[in-house]
Amino acid sequence: MLPLSRPAPASAGMTGTWRTYKPVVNLQKCIDCGLCWLYCPESVIDWEKGYKIQIDYTYCKGCGICADVCPVKAINMTPEEGI
Amino acid sequence: MSFRIDQLPKKKYVVPGNAACAGCGMMIGLKILGMALGEEAVLSIPASCAAVVQGLTPKSGVAMPILNVPFASAAAVATGIAEAYRMLGVKGHAVVWAGDGGTADIGFGTVSGAAERNSNIIYVMYDNEAYMNTGIQRSSSTPRAAWTTTTPTGKHERKKDVALLMAMHGVPYVATASIAYPQDFYRKLKRASEIQGFKFIHLHAPCPPGWRYDPAKTVEIAKLAVETGAWILWEYDNGQLKLNPPSTVYVDRAKRKPLKEYLKLQGRFAHLTDNDVKMLEEEIEAKWQTVLALAKAFPQRL
Ligand SMILES: Cc1ncc(C[n+]2csc(CCOP(=O)(O)OP(=O)(O)O)c2C)c(N)n1
Ligand code: SF4
Ligand SMILES: [Mg+2]
Repeated sequence: MLPLSRPAPASAGMTGTWRTYKPVVNLQKCIDCGLCWLYCPESVIDWEKGYKIQIDYTYCKGCGICADVCPVKAINMTPEEGI
Repeated sequence: MSFRIDQLPKKKYVVPGNAACAGCGMMIGLKILGMALGEEAVLSIPASCAAVVQGLTPKSGVAMPILNVPFASAAAVATGIAEAYRMLGVKGHAVVWAGDGGTADIGFGTVSGAAERNSNIIYVMYDNEAYMNTGIQRSSSTPRAAWTTTTPTGKHERKKDVALLMAMHGVPYVATASIAYPQDFYRKLKRASEIQGFKFIHLHAPCPPGWRYDPAKTVEIAKLAVETGAWILWEYDNGQLKLNPPSTVYVDRAKRKPLKEYLKLQGRFAHLTDNDVKMLEEEIEAKWQTVLALAKAFPQRL
């Protein structure tokens, strides 16, 4: 048998539990530029031009890069509850 | 060639829920690699953080065909894949995705051999400037003065410039890149994929735990490396060496941001004195003079 792994979500588990801060997007402020989508190292931001963005909190590790690269500060890092 | 962000593929070549640290710069690079070559590439990945992300079982965190290979063999394995593709008439790219330790130190002989043979491969060295996966040990690509667990008072030796060494092999294509400039990296991968023979891209990729900074700052720090002149974007394409934007602007020393702005965000440089910073600035200037002299010496494509 070949030792094969297949691409699938959660190869390291539910990585959303790693988060201490949660990126919360204000879609009113968002200018639909896609930079957070481009730079998100986890691919947990979905973006379709014209529809703005959506964040998958099941796997988002809360690194905060999206908030840092957002040119209009539409993403806020808010502390997770219970931490 | 430039591209619009909204025209990039939406497929997730980096799969959510993988083992990389929060804010890992290398993963931004892998994403762009997938977008540029994902449907045509077979990767060889030696031991590294990338190997952990991709090599868990039963699930992998990277959606590309990958061979998980022993340390020094990556360039040789990719050469074998490229040769098999040629003989079988398969269209595709044999790509190596390896760290700085796996390239500048452990795999260097194999990389140099593949370059000298002009193997038809694309070799990407993602440079997080130490052996991160095993707990931040210095590599020959760790910059001078940086703290690592094996350089507790700061590294005494200067950073090995692997990209320049590869260019001096006289291979068809060598470039530097940064995860802060995905457009530039994407274009370079596409350019590399058009060229027959050995291609090498040296990708600067910050590492939050290894460089000791807030993971939110990965892109900001990578950008500052370029804006302060510490990391120079250039490409050597069939005999011509030239600077790429935005580094073209930073030829003028006065346009560069103070190096301190790059260093002060990183705990690995926290122990530096003003004199140390000055010394590093001079070393960076000397590197610029070398690159500019080479650009002058290699003015046009062969
Ligand atoms: C032959 C061999 N020696 C040592 C190791 C242990 N090892 C695994 S990853 C690694 C560090 C690799 O560093 P680098 O190439 O810079 O990649 P990074 O971890 O920084 O991504 C080492 C030394 C190994 N797996 N195989
Ligand atoms: S140690 Fe550094 S390079 Fe390795 S996965 Fe973590 S952030 Fe990425
Ligand atoms: Mg490394």
